[in-house]
This record gives sequence, C-alpha cells and structure tokens, in this order.
Amino acid sequence: MWADRLAVLPVIVIGAWAVLLTVADLYIPEHRRRITAILAALGLIVGLVVNLFIQRHNPQTAYFGLAIADGFSSFLNVLFLLSGLLGIAVAHGYLQRQNIARSEYYSLLLFSISGMMLMGMAADLIIVFIALELLSIPLYVMAGFHRDRLDSEEAALKYFLLGAFAGGFVVYGIALIYGATGSTRIAAILSAVQSGSASPILLTVGAALILVGLGFKVAAVPFHMWTPDVYQGAPSSVTAFMAVGAKAAGFAALLRVFLLAFPTLSDKLVPLLWALAALTMIVGNIVAIVQSNIKRLLAYSSIAHAGYILMATVTLGQSRLMADAAAAALFYLLAYLLTNFGAWAVVIALEREEGKGLSIQDYAGLGKKYPALAAAMSVFMLSLIGVPPTVGFLGKFYLFRAVLEGGFVGLAVIGVLTSLVSAYYYLRVVVVMYMQEGEPVVNRDALLHWTAALSAIAVLALSLFATPLFQWATQATLYAAQ
Amino acid sequence: MSVDYVLFGGLALVTILSALGMLFSRNAVYSALYLIFNFSTIAVLYLMLSAPFIALAQITVYAGAIMVLFLFVIMLLGAEQRGQAVRTWWMQPLALGLAGILIFEAIYLIFTHRTSFPPLRQAVGDLGNPLQIGEQLFSNYLLAFEAVALLLLVAVIGAIFLSRGRKLR
Repeated sequence: MWADRLAVLPVIVIGAWAVLLTVADLYIPEHRRRITAILAALGLIVGLVVNLFIQRHNPQTAYFGLAIADGFSSFLNVLFLLSGLLGIAVAHGYLQRQNIARSEYYSLLLFSISGMMLMGMAADLIIVFIALELLSIPLYVMAGFHRDRLDSEEAALKYFLLGAFAGGFVVYGIALIYGATGSTRIAAILSAVQSGSASPILLTVGAALILVGLGFKVAAVPFHMWTPDVYQGAPSSVTAFMAVGAKAAGFAALLRVFLLAFPTLSDKLVPLLWALAALTMIVGNIVAIVQSNIKRLLAYSSIAHAGYILMATVTLGQSRLMADAAAAALFYLLAYLLTNFGAWAVVIALEREEGKGLSIQDYAGLGKKYPALAAAMSVFMLSLIGVPPTVGFLGKFYLFRAVLEGGFVGLAVIGVLTSLVSAYYYLRVVVVMYMQEGEPVVNRDALLHWTAALSAIAVLALSLFATPLFQWATQATLYAAQ
Repeated sequence: MSVDYVLFGGLALVTILSALGMLFSRNAVYSALYLIFNFSTIAVLYLMLSAPFIALAQITVYAGAIMVLFLFVIMLLGAEQRGQAVRTWWMQPLALGLAGILIFEAIYLIFTHRTSFPPLRQAVGDLGNPLQIGEQLFSNYLLAFEAVALLLLVAVIGAIFLSRGRKLR
C-alpha cells in the first residue's frame, strides 16, 4: 500500500496542496493575496522536488494497475509543474491589472495540474477519463474568470460544451474497447489485442472515438473549432497555461494509450493519424496568416503545433522507432512550453484593460522603446518557426528525423512546407516591432519581464544543451515503446 | 415463472406509455414528471432482475436527484410552456431513420440469436451486489474513487465561484 502511495506521490502532493490552499485561503486577508500565489508556487516546487526524488527508471505499477510511475510520467510531471509555475508568474500581476484578482485562481490551477499529472500516470482508461475531466473542469472555470466580460463568458461556455461533448466521445470509445477486450487496463487490452481474441472492428472504432475526444483537447483539425474563440476570450494568463498544459496532457494520453495498447492496429490507425497531422499543420498555419489579433494568431499557431506533435504518432507499430518518436514529442512539448509561455508573457505585458493592446499593430515601435522585450519576442517567434539556434528548431529536427526514419516522406515534406508558411506570420510580428514607428505601452510588471527574459535565455541556451535533454526524454519513453 | 411474465409485460407497457407521455406532453413540467415515472418503472425492472442496488441507485440518482434538478431549472426559467420550436427539415427524417435502424437491430438479434441468450437470472448473476461493488471500489478502483472525489470537489468550487454574487470580493 505504501509503495502505491509513493508511486503516485507527486499527484497526492499537488491534489492535497490544492485542497489545503482552498481552505487556507479563507484565512488570508484580501489585501495579502500575494501570499496565496506564493503558497501555490511553493506547492509546485515541493511537487517538483518530490518528483525528482522518487524518479525511477524501472516502471512501477500502483493501485492494482490503475496507475504507473515511470520515466515517461516523471518527465511529464516536470513539464506540468513547470507550466504551473510559469502560469502563476504570468498571472499574478495580470489578474490585478484586469481587476479579477480572486484567489480561487491558484487552487483551480493546482487542481488542474493534479489532473494533468494523473493523466501522465494513467495505466487504465478509466483513469484517463477521470484525469481528463479533473484537468478540464478547472480550465472551464478559469476561462470564464473574467465574469464581467462577455467574451470570457462565451469562451467558458464554448469550452465547456465542446469539452463535455469530447468527453462523451472518449467514454464511448472506452466502452467499445471494454466490450472488445473485457478490460480497461492498458496492459490487459494489449494482451487481448495481441492474442487476437478481441474484435478488430470494435477496437478500431473505439480507438478512433478516443482519438476524436483527445483531438478536441489538443486542438487538432477538424476538432479545433473552439480554439480561436476560447483562446481569445479567456484571460490571457489562462490561455497561456491551457495552451501548454491541456495540450501536453492530451498528448500524454494519446502517446500512452495508442503506442502502448494499439500497435497491432497500425494498418488501420496510421492513415487516420497521418491525415489528422497533415490537416492540422496545413489549416493551422494557413488560417494564421490572416489574423490581426495576437491572441488569435497564437491560437492558430497552437493548432499548427499540435499538428507537428501529432506527426510522432504515425510511427505507430514500428516498435524500434516508437521510442524515438515519443521522445521527440516530449522534447517538442518542452520546447513549446518555454517558447509559448515566453510569447504569452510579452503579450500580457502589452495587454491593457478592455482587451486593448492585443492587435499586432500595437507592437509597432517596440524594438526602439523596449529593445529587450522586442528581442525576447523575436527569439520566441524564431523558435516557433523552428529556426536555429533555438530550442524550437531542435524540437522540429528530432520530430522530422523520427518521421523520415519511419518512411513518411510526404508528411515530413508537408511539415517543412507549412513551417515555411508559418515564417510569414511569425516574422510579420518581428517586422512590425522593428520596422514600424509607434508608441507601445508596456505594463510595469517585474515578474512578467523576468519570465520573458528567462524563457528567452532558456530557449537559446537549451538549444546548445539539447543532446542530454533529448537523452533524458528517450530514457523517459523506453517503457512506453516496449 | 408465468407471474414474472405478466408482471414484466405490464411494467413494460407502463414504461413505454410513460416515455410516450414524456415526449408528447405540451407542458415541460408534465414531461419531467412522466420521465420520473419512467425511471421508477425501470427501477422495478432492475429489481425483477435481482439487482436491488442498481434499482435503488436508479431511484435515488435519476428519479431523485437529477430529475429534481431538472424540475428546478424548468420552473426557475419559467419554461413550462413549449414555445415556437425551431424545426429543421432534416431532423425528423434523420430521427426516423436512426430509430428504424435501432428497431431493425433489435428484431434481427432476437430472431437470429434467440437460442443463445442465457436465462435471465444466470446472465445477471451477482452483478450489482452492493458488497461486491463496494469491494471493487475500495480495492481494484481505489485510485479512481479518490480521483473522482477530487473531481467532485473541483466541480463544487468551480460552481460556487461562477455563481457567487459579484459584490462579494
């Protein structure tokens, strides 16, 4: 029993911390809201320490096979906890400026992270579903955090309705797979699939339904309709967090369930995944070109990046490659986390009340008046395109390499071409910052500027030390490919 | 055995009639009440299949909690009377088609697999025995149980946050 608890300790720490923070917050006076934020950040740091301390290379199942602690989950836990810390850093000043500083924000954030971490550890489809809801429900509420603004309410309602709809797809898929194999444990499903006792039609339909549900969560085309509206309407600090966290958790489940349980269905699923990845890259990048609002631009960019990460799943069934591809996906998620939070920190620094300061034209003159901030934004834009020497380049490099080794030349070509297209709209931001005259207004928020600066440094520096990082990611997925 | 069949036939008739009543009532409150009636008869059907726990869960959860919530919402919104419904031309044919497929499936199964159905009691077995459910919940699915507890707590916090008066800051 204690071994079980130890295995899922990071989730327990964050979940319990969130509950205690909710209670403790009642005794913290209104004007000392900073304490709540600091306590939440402290909880995330404790979670990080615990996670690194119990990190293991041999996978260990816990709670009768419901959960599994392995390198994959440890790596993802670091990702989620880091996104939580950055999420608090960009939120604190922003919430006060927008007049929506409510301390529930931080406990909801912690609850959502506990769901994401549970998702990374899930070894049973029931846990996948519960974790999906546990991470989503706080995000629905946070999307509607700006209760006095109609677009925030609209974002929350849209996200909630479509999220619930997607959840229905996942449950239906789980039910069909249970019907075919008689179990929801991923290990049992795998053995039933391999022994050939399960009906392949039921299995394929079930897997496809789960793919639809998770496709909604990671914002893959054609399940992306909600993304631009929700990303634009939700408070920017929430968007920054959910663009990374929800996406990473969705991919955690996708990689774990598909690569582990369905490798023998590859002949049916790979064409599906191929089409999904190609469509997502093409639509995300092309529609992003015409956007003039920076939040919508980053929303479409986030759709496009979901497409790149989806490329990793087409190696399904090629057991030698799956580990590399999953490692590339993990590395890409880490690169996207740093780049995305940095970019959103700059966006939040320029956002003013009533949603002003969000047009790309508002960035005119930033290069002259605030050279450091403009330089950081340029670094993030280059990393999103995938230009060396940024970590985004290496993320794309590892992914394309895995896809090419798998023999999917066509998909890799689509990936490279759409990256070229994306250079147009990312570089337009840089051009506006440096080549046009303007009077940009920037908020004085030290935490925000530090977040942008540190992210920019990390994006540049990690590209130099990418090899050990990629090796860590590879070790993390050794189990997932076996 | 024959008593069982008579009982089942009567209950099935009531179930179907209450479902039709729900569909065709013009007043939303009557519809909700018919639905409660429908849920209760289904609970009795569960009882006949010797699944008392599921029967009681059906009554407390569906007929009780969920339908009371429905009634509250209907009355609070004052939506008792059906307004001018927006109809799209493809809705009715689609519904008819889907219902046709379902009925065809049921008839096909009954006539082709008739002999391979196990006797009722044997098929149900111990399923729905509260002791067994409890044991499963606290051993095999303990983590899921705890995670659901956390999930419900989050839902409560979120609901309170979103609905709390705007002056309270």
